[in-house]
Amino acid sequence: MDARRESEPAAMKNRTTVERKSERELVVTRTFNGPAHLVFEAWTKPELFRRWWVPKSLGMSLLSCELDVRVGGGYRLVFAGNPEPMAFFGTYKEVTPHSRLVWTNDEGGEDGSVTTVTFEEKGGKTLLVMSELYPSKEALDAAGTGAADATHETFAQLDELLVELGASVGRS
Amino acid sequence: MRRAVQDSDRSAPFHASSPVIILNQMVQYNPTRLDTSFAALSDVTRRGVLEQLARADASITDLAAKFDMTLTGMKKHVGVLEQAGLVITEKVGRVRTCRLGLRRLEEEAAWIERYRQLWDARFDELDQIVEELKRKEKADGRKKRE
Repeated sequence: MDARRESEPAAMKNRTTVERKSERELVVTRTFNGPAHLVFEAWTKPELFRRWWVPKSLGMSLLSCELDVRVGGGYRLVFAGNPEPMAFFGTYKEVTPHSRLVWTNDEGGEDGSVTTVTFEEKGGKTLLVMSELYPSKEALDAAGTGAADATHETFAQLDELLVELGASVGRS
Repeated sequence: MRRAVQDSDRSAPFHASSPVIILNQMVQYNPTRLDTSFAALSDVTRRGVLEQLARADASITDLAAKFDMTLTGMKKHVGVLEQAGLVITEKVGRVRTCRLGLRRLEEEAAWIERYRQLWDARFDELDQIVEELKRKEKADGRKKRE
């Protein structure tokens, strides 16, 4: 069922873009075909959040997902890890219904990033902008390694693609 | 700059199968460098040189002869490819040998693509949830009106 997404017509799917805004900030943008209050709901209700945060293709499972979405409230995600379960946790710093969420990522200690998500509705669609701001370039470095550990499984297919890409650049 | 890239190559050999290294590269990403890579690839002779080097390493003299070009002209092309990290040159005795240095392009494409793919996969699922909520809201709205 999950035929390679690249082969689907581009017009069908909204593009996810990633930009490195600065040495310590990454920004992801994506448009959703629905109003902001629904997209926001999917980010703030644990039973919805856990369904998309861990996509099937990730090959990982979430043991628990607690989101206490209010200023000062905490969240905690626990993944089945090998050998140990991995926990991601932090605190919500800003919660503005349907438009803005800010939370800390505390599993990395002092080097943790602050995530800001904004939801902007236009004509029934929602532009989502997510920024990950790290305290320093070095902190972003270190976090990259952790994220890589956590998402190891998902990348096997991409590795193949990259090998092809490398080969076709050589051939061109 | 080239120095630094070579140093990091030595200390952390690139393997396409190692996401840790790729995501480490992520933080060294610099859009200007990616521009340089693509600009280098925009020239037909330079692409030819890469193709040639994919088959075998060659000296600048070899390449100049093969592409019927002056030594100076070929040096310029190789310089652009080298700047972009696509070619690595090494002087042995009096001969400067060129070989493919695709690592940097792969690394740059890799980190941004890996990170993007993770989010893209998440957002594809989120699309479905938003659709579901929209349908539900519509149905609820109908119920309320009835």
